[in-house]
Amino acid sequence: MILGLSIGTEYYLALSALLFTIGAGGLLVRRNPLVMFMCIELMLNAANLAFISFGKEMGDLGGQLSVLFVLVVAAAEVVIGLAIVVAVMRRRPKASVDEVSVLRG
Amino acid sequence: MEAFTFFLAAIISLAGACGVVFLKNPVHAALSLVATLFGVAIHFINLEAYFVAAVQVIVYAGAIVILFLFVIMLLGVDRAESIKTDPIIGQRQIAILAVGGILALGALIGVAFSGDVTGVPPENAQKSTYEGGTAINSDHVHSDDDVRPDQNIKDIGRALFSTRYVFALEITALLLTIGVVGAVVLTRRPKGELDPLPDDDPPSIYRDNENSSDLESTLSRDTDALDDAKADESEKDASEETEVGRE
Amino acid sequence: MTNLVWLIPGLPLIGFTLLLLFGRRLGEPQAGWLATATVSGSFLAATAVFFGLASKPPEERVYEITLFEWIPSGELSIGLGFLADPLSITMALFVTGVGALIHMYAIGYMHGDPKFSKFFLYLNLFVFAMLMLVLGDNLLITFLGWEGVGACSYFLISFWHEEPANATAGKKAFVTNRVGDWGFMVAMFLLFFNIGSLKYSDIFSSVIEADALTQTTATAIVAMLFIGAAGKSAQFPLYLWLPDAMAGPTPVSALIHAATMVTSGVYLLTRMNPVLAEAAGWSIDMIWIVGLFTALFAATAAIAQNDIKKVLAYSTVSQLGFMFVAVGSGLYVAAIFHMITHAFFKALLFLGAGSVIHGMHHEQDMRKYGALRKVMPITAFTFIIGWLAIAGIPPFSGFWSKDEVLLAAWNENKIAWAMLLIAAIMTAFYMSRLVFMTFFGEKKWGISEHEETKADEETEADEETDTGDGQEHEITPHESPTVMWIPLVILSGLAAVAGLLNLPFSYDTKHLEHWLEPILFGNEVHVTASGQTKWFLAIVAIVGATTGVLAAAFVYLKNRLSANKIEHSILEEAWRFDSTVSNFMGGPGRKSFEATTLFDQKIIDGAVNGVGKVTQRIGTRLRSFQTGLIRSYALGMFIGAVAVIAYFVSRMGF
Repeated sequence: MILGLSIGTEYYLALSALLFTIGAGGLLVRRNPLVMFMCIELMLNAANLAFISFGKEMGDLGGQLSVLFVLVVAAAEVVIGLAIVVAVMRRRPKASVDEVSVLRG
Repeated sequence: MEAFTFFLAAIISLAGACGVVFLKNPVHAALSLVATLFGVAIHFINLEAYFVAAVQVIVYAGAIVILFLFVIMLLGVDRAESIKTDPIIGQRQIAILAVGGILALGALIGVAFSGDVTGVPPENAQKSTYEGGTAINSDHVHSDDDVRPDQNIKDIGRALFSTRYVFALEITALLLTIGVVGAVVLTRRPKGELDPLPDDDPPSIYRDNENSSDLESTLSRDTDALDDAKADESEKDASEETEVGRE
Repeated sequence: MTNLVWLIPGLPLIGFTLLLLFGRRLGEPQAGWLATATVSGSFLAATAVFFGLASKPPEERVYEITLFEWIPSGELSIGLGFLADPLSITMALFVTGVGALIHMYAIGYMHGDPKFSKFFLYLNLFVFAMLMLVLGDNLLITFLGWEGVGACSYFLISFWHEEPANATAGKKAFVTNRVGDWGFMVAMFLLFFNIGSLKYSDIFSSVIEADALTQTTATAIVAMLFIGAAGKSAQFPLYLWLPDAMAGPTPVSALIHAATMVTSGVYLLTRMNPVLAEAAGWSIDMIWIVGLFTALFAATAAIAQNDIKKVLAYSTVSQLGFMFVAVGSGLYVAAIFHMITHAFFKALLFLGAGSVIHGMHHEQDMRKYGALRKVMPITAFTFIIGWLAIAGIPPFSGFWSKDEVLLAAWNENKIAWAMLLIAAIMTAFYMSRLVFMTFFGEKKWGISEHEETKADEETEADEETDTGDGQEHEITPHESPTVMWIPLVILSGLAAVAGLLNLPFSYDTKHLEHWLEPILFGNEVHVTASGQTKWFLAIVAIVGATTGVLAAAFVYLKNRLSANKIEHSILEEAWRFDSTVSNFMGGPGRKSFEATTLFDQKIIDGAVNGVGKVTQRIGTRLRSFQTGLIRSYALGMFIGAVAVIAYFVSRMGF
């Protein structure tokens, strides 16, 4: 089927919004720390998609450059985050994020 | 053609996203994440951001997800968690409400502004990268040749090292270094035994009946492991790993 | 020479500091001589400033100097400054003069006391504070001195504080003064609020030229100032502390409670005479009515006292009442004149009494005296001169000044004059009684009597050193040492001739009146009595005084009438006013004090603590938000993000 539709920016933005909401929902509902991280990555990807689509529309490379930076920072964040997860969850084979609630008032 | 790829890639990414959220096994979730990332990479290519697409695949799908899988295997959290009920009272309901709210708002904005988005390029986008600007396809702007295949990466290179972005670039390099150092420091094995985490009463909104049996047995197993562990680190490591293997 | 004015309070301050640092090392008697030297130096400086002022024409006899800005606080700017004008230099002269003599006397009186140098330390501090009171160029400096003399009075009254009664007397003095100080402070607030400055020159120019005070405000200020003056100058009902203050050493009684501190009230009212001129009549009337009542009241109490110092204490209260009558009648010169002569003869009387007490080995009950003139001739001679002065026998100074006060009373109200005359007659009576019982008659000492089981309220146990139980004891009185009788002689000379300051015979002899004219701003009331009336009044006064003396001689010397008919016990207890006040304060008064304390604790402290408690409780409730569960936090953040986006969406124009 030939979809002669011209895909404007709004399609990409809608997709980005959907990805973001799914990622946010997953973050709030899942208890496994690693799965929560993956949902964070989902949200970041949605944001990257929005950046690129806007950049394409404006004819500005800034969108792509921002995505590069987001990528780098996401990588660094994952590294540190997983290091923390490892450090905290090392002793528990099956872990849920809810058990680490020592910092409570 | 563009529409076809768009919808295909959209289906792939959405399916992958739903997989991340709804699959119980974390390894499965990681693999569906890879699917999402590939879908997004296809979108990038559709949007003529070739370099970023390549980077996405290499870094995200190729490094970060691998890292996830490593940690999953290391910690042995490959067991499924039950998604039947949420121990925190009201979490699920409010989460659905909030997510629905975001979606509604987004739709509202989208509907309100359909067709009204006038993209006025910012002023530095009107200069080519040769002049320190950030226009896409600068060669094309500069001269009147057709767009060349290596255009994108050249433009990115020039723009990245222009005075606008070079500082940010160096800072991110520093950030990565700090990240590496931090990761090494955080994951060092402590000398001697760690104090066990205190198990006082859980907070009032935490229901601990659902998974309590599993939790308690887990905890007791944990303390047993602590009691058995000697000061010798290797023995402790071995006992943990054999436990994991047995499960 | 007037620029030496800062030396006048400066020297006693230096003396105080030196004694504070080195007093104990200096020891006896060098510490005493140092203190006397500083006050004498101060007197010389005062004389120098006096001559400096006198050499100028009357309108220019004002010298102000500000040393530095003491309190710069927004609109209020108080400098530490001195004002040398006729009134303040007059006061400074007799304060330092009499003070120096008393210092010298005290070297002999306090001989052998272990806290010798401390005594002189306090005395110098007192003189410093009094001079600040008198020489200050604004109300706050005066108040500083006011409070300072109150504090030194407390120190000195309870000097022998090992005896609890003395400490209590000191506290009583301080607390009663404080009640008066409240009045002074309110008056200061009112003045500052209405005029914007506390400096005398500013106040006077605003009041006189700019009419800055309404009558109501001026009346309020005068009433408050009078409360302050009544506290310091022991007018009814704030006189309670003065008889008890006799627990202090006699030089203290002489200096503070006869010559200087108690005159501060009169000084204050005289200084603020422009404000008094603006006030409504009833507040000024209140001044002389209270003064009159006090004069009578104290005179009746003095008749029945057996402790020699208590007689003199009540006498002081009475004479202060006289001064207030003069102030209330508008004749400020008469008040100041009487203040000066009173300083001389009352200091003389107190020092003489101290000499007697010293000679009788600290026996203060007059019933144990008698025929002391043979043993202590100098004391007796000087004391008699003082007695004649206070009784109002011409040509001694007391007659002239008392006559002026009686004239003031006559000018104000004839009945007031009559009552004041009665008070004057009583003055003559009780002072003669004192002299006859002490220096004349049969000697009642040297006998072993031990009937001290009747506890005398007046004599403090500290003074009765020599009475043991069942022991024979002989008291052999002796004359005092030179250091002690030289001041007596000098003071007696002054008491004799001080009348020359303001003889009423003609315009030229009224030196004090001319001298004080600039500071009175024309507020001195003119007496509308003819010369004949004045002669008549003078003769009546002389007759009255002589009657008093003769009546006393009748009772106490010739023993024709039994003393018991006159000395009722109620008089001895000063109409039981003091005990009534104590009972009230201990009984119902205490309830109100406790109510106040309770109010302070429950409500004020409760409010402050309540704020803390409420914060704590809110914090405890809010703590439940901190569950420690990451997902709750994530949910919270997400809800917040949704809210923010919703807000911005709502603001978008569709």
